Amino acid sequence: MSSGLFTAVACALRRDLTLAARKPADVATPLVFFAIVVSLFPLGVSPEPAILRGLGPGVLWVAALLATLLSLNRLFSADYADGSLELLVLSPQPLAVLAAAKTLAHWLTTGLPLILLSPVLAVQLYLPEAAYGTLLLALLLGTPVLSLIGAVGAALTLGLRGGGVLLSLLVLPLYTPILIFGAGAVTAAASGFSPEAHLSLLGAFLVVALAFVPWATAAALRISLD
Amino acid sequence: MFDFLHKYASPRNFYDFAGILIPWLAGVTVVLLAIGLYQGLFLAPPDYQQGQSVRIMFIHVPAAWMSMFVYMVLAGAGAVGLIWHLKLAEMTAAAAAPIGASFTFLALVTGSLWGKPMWGTWWAWDARLTSELILLFLYLGFMALQAAIDDPKRAARAGALLALIGVVNIPVIHFSVQWWNTLHQPASVSSIAKIGAPAIHPSLLWPLLIMAIAFTVFFAVVLLMRLRAEILHRERYTHWVAERIKS
Repeated sequence: MSSGLFTAVACALRRDLTLAARKPADVATPLVFFAIVVSLFPLGVSPEPAILRGLGPGVLWVAALLATLLSLNRLFSADYADGSLELLVLSPQPLAVLAAAKTLAHWLTTGLPLILLSPVLAVQLYLPEAAYGTLLLALLLGTPVLSLIGAVGAALTLGLRGGGVLLSLLVLPLYTPILIFGAGAVTAAASGFSPEAHLSLLGAFLVVALAFVPWATAAALRISLD
Repeated sequence: MFDFLHKYASPRNFYDFAGILIPWLAGVTVVLLAIGLYQGLFLAPPDYQQGQSVRIMFIHVPAAWMSMFVYMVLAGAGAVGLIWHLKLAEMTAAAAAPIGASFTFLALVTGSLWGKPMWGTWWAWDARLTSELILLFLYLGFMALQAAIDDPKRAARAGALLALIGVVNIPVIHFSVQWWNTLHQPASVSSIAKIGAPAIHPSLLWPLLIMAIAFTVFFAVVLLMRLRAEILHRERYTHWVAERIKS
């Protein structure tokens, strides 16, 4: 049975990754959005390096949050529209594990590219060199939590009117701790302090979210498909 | 015990029961509010530092307490509805949300009015203010989700799940905000005498406690009234509602 579970997870993951690979524009849009939002801040606030250096960590994190949020719709809505989500719910494998696999696929196609793109944008914001490692590490720990929490919101708002805006209303308040410690870690590293406390908390969030949130996502999917 | 629950958990019996309860509780609310406000606004001494504006506390602090208490009621009712499929619990969660949001809003507004003369600013990114603001957003998210779903069954279950996630998150958000604040700036504003400060004088404490109880009973009254309306709405095609409306 456990081999069956493993196969199911691998299939779900491969299917979502293949779908993403066939429609590269869907993957690229949140990334372009990420880059544009970051570029708006120098235009709107000030191109002064000193100011941008202070704003940088927060701007990068807020933009990453919003980009993740934009991509959440993609997580279940296409499967919901063509009915394959119902088959996933009906499958004999535990739904929480399958939801976790889909969330992982979402992170691989959204969170990971965001992380890879972030150093380039950090250059634009004059982030001190010492903070780059911390930025990558904090995003590496934080973005999976964004995908996990976002998955619950996406599952709850499946097929609802005004789903996108509603989703942001549900999910953004829950994102605040990640934003605080993610941006905090980078700020600490940029000002020469140890980001260890922030990173430890981000890691703790990730572990707790990994353990519990897939079950909440599964429950939300069941409620929405009932 | 279960007979009792069975009897009053049915919407029809609860409707009548609440109808009897409301006038009594409303009377208690009025009396307690009168005593609390009189003590708070006239008998309590002005603060040696804050002067008369310390009296905002008698509205502000109970409202802030209620904002958190109501979220617990909402999540508790949501959980009961989710687990035992109790219609009444589902309705309670839906009926409590706007009241809780109002208390949260009241706490924020009175806090802002209190902050202007005391701290010289309408708003500060203090830990408590920020977590109260996020609590308001959680309420609004809950209400928006309820409003977006037409099927009451799905609305109740989705709302309950969201409320439970919110309850788990509230302590996390609260401590995050607290640590964020202490990491960034010295906690200069939060040390102003709030209830957490040691030794609040009895002449201030009593009206505060009376006001807190008055707010709680007031919440119960409004909740029961909203529940009655909700019951009528959901059962509007049943026989007994037609009878009640006619008589």
